[in-house]
Amino acid sequence: MHTVIDPSRPFLPPPSVRRRRKHILPGFHLTLGCTIFYLTAIVLLPLGALLAKTVTPTEDYPTVFKVVGHVFAVAADERALDSYRLSFGLSFAAALLNGIFGFIAAWALIRYRFPGRKVIDALVDLPFAMPTSVAGLALTQVFSTNGGYIGQLLYEWFGWKIAYTPWGILIALTFIGFPFVVRTLQPVLTGLAVEVEEAAACLGANRWQTFRRVIFPALSPALLTGVMLAFGRGVGEYGSIVFISSMIPYATEITPQLIIIKLEEFDYVGAAGLGLAMLVMSFAIVGTVNLVQHFTAKRRGVA
Amino acid sequence: MKRASSDHWLARYLLIGIVFAFVFFFLIFPVCVVVIEALRGGLALYWSALTAPHSLSAIRLTLLVAVAVVPLNTAFGICAAWAVTHFKFRGKALLVSLIEIPLWVSPVIGGLIFALLFGQQGFFGPWLDAHGIQIMFAYPAIVLATAFVTFPFVARGLIPLMQSQGSAEEEAALTLGANGWQLFWRVTFPKIKWGILYGMILCNARAMGEFGAVSVVAGSVDDRITMPLQIEQYFLNFGLREAFALASLLLLLSAVTLAVKIALEWRRLAPNIVRPH
Repeated sequence: MHTVIDPSRPFLPPPSVRRRRKHILPGFHLTLGCTIFYLTAIVLLPLGALLAKTVTPTEDYPTVFKVVGHVFAVAADERALDSYRLSFGLSFAAALLNGIFGFIAAWALIRYRFPGRKVIDALVDLPFAMPTSVAGLALTQVFSTNGGYIGQLLYEWFGWKIAYTPWGILIALTFIGFPFVVRTLQPVLTGLAVEVEEAAACLGANRWQTFRRVIFPALSPALLTGVMLAFGRGVGEYGSIVFISSMIPYATEITPQLIIIKLEEFDYVGAAGLGLAMLVMSFAIVGTVNLVQHFTAKRRGVA
Repeated sequence: MKRASSDHWLARYLLIGIVFAFVFFFLIFPVCVVVIEALRGGLALYWSALTAPHSLSAIRLTLLVAVAVVPLNTAFGICAAWAVTHFKFRGKALLVSLIEIPLWVSPVIGGLIFALLFGQQGFFGPWLDAHGIQIMFAYPAIVLATAFVTFPFVARGLIPLMQSQGSAEEEAALTLGANGWQLFWRVTFPKIKWGILYGMILCNARAMGEFGAVSVVAGSVDDRITMPLQIEQYFLNFGLREAFALASLLLLLSAVTLAVKIALEWRRLAPNIVRPH
């Protein structure tokens, strides 16, 4: 028997040899095995428990239908809906504020040279490195109505209350989300070719037109990504808000707080339902971020 | 020389002014407040607030949690980075996205999932109760919840670093007869040691400062809570001096973290912490 050599096919060694050659470096099975084991134990299995809890019958809810019914009843309850409105509304507002101030900060840090620039650049990461409870405690002390460094003045002069109102939550969420917009914009701003702006100026555009028509469109995907990241972070935030919010049901109660209350009431199924609702919404936010990046990459690839 | 790409001086000063005002009110001022409030009564009172029994037990527990979580997540991060950067396999992109899950999930969910497993009405709760094993409201649950939240930090720092370095040097060492262990310690480790340190520092900062996840699994039992939770307990019980004393310790931790981060970034040894997905 002789082998026919097909010139259109590349020569390949027999499958057994090929499989061994696939990984040249050692440790594939060991490292991948450890990774998957640890990932399963710490992340996947516990998250699976969350999903399982929303369909597993208990003493109080003996059938699957009753469990699912209770999950929906809790997750679509008026109190839960109010907490979503507060969590998502304020996180969105804080993300927009961060979009504006983050854009200005990134622009100033990359484009201008001024004393203290490096210090400010280093401080941008502070909300990321600082424990949320420290941030919450400090912001409460700044904005509380009685004895707060700024809060008392605002109350005496204008009658404004910041701490223990939604405004306090907004300030805490703005603090938490600040690094995201700046840090996503900075690399894109650095990579923006100055020549394009000069070309726009040569073609007769004034500075504002150049910004609106040339610079802003180039930066908008990164800006959107940063805003969505800040938004996602704000939705899940709990540590700092505990301090600065009074957590009144239907008024200043955020969703993570409601989850904890359900657990304390031993309504584990309800807590799992709220957790599932938050997971789904976080998924949607991350999905949006990935879509934005996907389309940006595609557009860059075509251009 | 005025360039076409430079802004009007008025716009420039206005924008720089806004940045200074924002950074001052949002970042610098709160930090100063923590320091002022902690030291308000003098050093002696500060010291006594730090050495109060509840403070000491919180500091001890926080350190114990970090000592367990940081090495675990570091070992995992190195394994994950090795597997992802040196080999091609099906489902790699999925694995990388799964590793990032804890970054976009609320920390409270990080605690909730372990409560659903080990709590009184959780899947293993009754069994654990019957056998007298305490996981919830104790050290094991705090470690698990913290490990979940800080899970991606080391891996996320190492993967892009090792990807940029490629596997050529490791392959060369292999042809020279190195075994796997020698390969890692003599070739790979020296290249990634700063990246590992960077990931560990970030992981440690988050582990010691985590609030949401730990508050679900630790409850508010005195002597069994970490520093961030003890700060809340002091705050609720009008112990502002103790609260700010503990907060100043955590603030010091974040200052050290930032300093190491900046030092490593200036030497271009590590990427930025806050990166898009």
